[in-house]
Amino acid sequence: MDIGVARTARKHGGPFQKIANSARSTIGILRDADWITMVSIVVMGFGSIMRRQIAKGLLFLASQVAFIWFYISFGWQYAQNIGTLGVLEQTRVLDEATGLRRVVPGDNSMLILLYSVLTFATLIPLFMLWKANIRAAYLAQKRAEKKESQPAFIADAKSLLDRRYHMTLLSLPLITLTLFTALPIVFMVFIAFTNFDKTHQPPGHLFTWVGIKNVTDIISGNPFYKKTFVGILLWTFVWAIFATFSNYILGMILALLINRKGIKLKKMWRTFFVITIAVPQFVSLMLVSKMFTDTGIINQALLNWGWIKQPIPFLTNPGYARTLVIFINLWVGMPYTMLMTTGILMNIPAELYESANIDGASPARTFFSITLPYMLFVTGPYLITTFVGNINNFNVIYLLTSGGPLSQQYYQAGQTDLLVTWLYKLTVNEQNYSLASTVGILIFIIVSVISLLAYNLTGSVKKEDQFS
Amino acid sequence: MIRQIERVGVSHGMRRREKNVDIAVYALLSVLSIIWLLPVAWLVLSSLRTESTNMYTEYIFPKQLSFTNYVKLFTDTKLFSFPRWYMNTLFIAVCSCGITTLLTLMVAYTYSRLRFKWRRGLMNISLVLGMFPGFMSMIAIYHFMKAIGLDQTLAALIMVYSGGAALGYYVAKGFFDTVPKALDEAATIDGCTRNGIFWRIILPNSLPIVAYTALTAFIAPWVDFIFVSVIMKDNYANYTVARGLYMMIDREHINAYYTRFCAGAICVAVPITLLFIKMQKYYVSGVTGGAVKG
Repeated sequence: MDIGVARTARKHGGPFQKIANSARSTIGILRDADWITMVSIVVMGFGSIMRRQIAKGLLFLASQVAFIWFYISFGWQYAQNIGTLGVLEQTRVLDEATGLRRVVPGDNSMLILLYSVLTFATLIPLFMLWKANIRAAYLAQKRAEKKESQPAFIADAKSLLDRRYHMTLLSLPLITLTLFTALPIVFMVFIAFTNFDKTHQPPGHLFTWVGIKNVTDIISGNPFYKKTFVGILLWTFVWAIFATFSNYILGMILALLINRKGIKLKKMWRTFFVITIAVPQFVSLMLVSKMFTDTGIINQALLNWGWIKQPIPFLTNPGYARTLVIFINLWVGMPYTMLMTTGILMNIPAELYESANIDGASPARTFFSITLPYMLFVTGPYLITTFVGNINNFNVIYLLTSGGPLSQQYYQAGQTDLLVTWLYKLTVNEQNYSLASTVGILIFIIVSVISLLAYNLTGSVKKEDQFS
Repeated sequence: MIRQIERVGVSHGMRRREKNVDIAVYALLSVLSIIWLLPVAWLVLSSLRTESTNMYTEYIFPKQLSFTNYVKLFTDTKLFSFPRWYMNTLFIAVCSCGITTLLTLMVAYTYSRLRFKWRRGLMNISLVLGMFPGFMSMIAIYHFMKAIGLDQTLAALIMVYSGGAALGYYVAKGFFDTVPKALDEAATIDGCTRNGIFWRIILPNSLPIVAYTALTAFIAPWVDFIFVSVIMKDNYANYTVARGLYMMIDREHINAYYTRFCAGAICVAVPITLLFIKMQKYYVSGVTGGAVKG
């Protein structure tokens, strides 16, 4: 049934076609509207009130009044400055009466941008309410023309629990999503086109639009930024590839070992590894990072036993540090893979293995020609999610090495920094918000391109339709 | 016939080889288990170690074992108020777990069962939003909280942890997709509204996914320390355990507080472990649910 729906949707075209259709139907309504419906275009709820749907009409009217009040009393004073992000800097003047310097507040670019985004975002619900109001007025008009009775408010409200239940369920999640995720992201995307950094911190100083300067700086304009970005980008990919596939393959081999026919006490072996999952990641990572410092337990023990003369620079030598994070990540991640793949591995048809056995295939051969292809087929989407998760794997890197060892050749970054940890440092240590946002957008582009490519390759996009 | 004989022959020769392989596997598993369990064991032993609070001792097994570190952790609150952090985290976790679970399941049910005009559009927007790095927007969130007077409060953290619930619906939706539609149809015929179907048909039939969603939501505040750092700044009293413990082992405190840090870590790990063991099978079916059905 859903396939049918999807097909019709496809026939009707993409989002632009949909918007065009909806605009056309609104225009169609207007052509056919009487004066009461026409007035509803300006005074929301008028049509409903005139046709004895008082409660509904009053709700429309009240929301219109509320929106207008919001724009006049709050939104406009910020939104009008969106073009400049403020011109009046905060100053200090000498107060003649007291002889003290007094702060004269000026504009605040940050608040102007933040509240402008909020104000512009409210236009969307306003527009939707306005459209619903016209539709309601028009439907009421049609019913009046046909001399039908108008549905009572209670019945209308009840449809929110059935026919229009999606509105009820989605309203709260979408409001929180907008406030705490969507609007902040939109705000940060705008920040990427400003010069909001350490020297432009409101309220003392203003920041303003600089166009795509930040992007061009990173990609070519500023050699220092560029070097940092390219270096970190390459390491991010190396890290993500190694971290994902080493965990995946070794975790699977671990599961296979435990699943092996002759092995007894399977449950005990599994528990040994699962215990480490239970220790919160930040605890084990902090612990391990302390273990590997120059004065940490590993180096101290090796020194005491006389195996080494000098501490091994696990965290201060770039090559060692990079290898170490990949190995520690194995310690953190392999039990997860084992846990997840155990069940799936048991589902691989036994005949496949038997025939491989008869043909005299070596265990390695069996693994690469039977197990791995089967697993890749089944867990493809999981692998993509993990890969993307590793590109953004803040915890492992930040808690283990904090991105270190620091590099003179990098701008505010170290040799094991990923793009996300660089973003974090730019934000928290350097307060270079505009550059951080630019990096964030670049991460977004990388992640979305990879996901789109990968999902289209595995063809799991179509899965949803097959299921419902 | 010939083939069968061949197979028997092969299996005879192989049995001895299998045995050797088994021994090798046991050896490998034992070594690996030690590597995996050693840090955990070290954590537990250090938390009980009494004679020294240093991180490094020359011997592995502590000379004196007692619960002193645990007692101190909860009583000596001059510098680090662990009980306070613990209660903060528990409070935030319970609240955000309730809110997140409810919101996530509502969204998942809507996308799974209800058909409306903007469904595809909203799902695509969610997908796009989910691809931005999560804490890219932390500065915006901080200033937003400041603007509404909620910066450095627990309420702000609850909102941050549960605000994005509408993005994490995939696993639950995948599960709802597998609940037979015939159940809904039968209920509709009996005069049940969609509201009734959600509460009385879908949720009772999806307890594993309710548990999974609640578990992941409950754990998040215990292990996050990015948003805590950004929102609480230096308001130590409102820290959560993760952020507090992080502070406990910075360079100047580590040697005085190392064993206490271990005790604190155990206090965080134990409830999570218990929950995890209880819900392990849900967890696995939750993670692999989407993949296995393919």
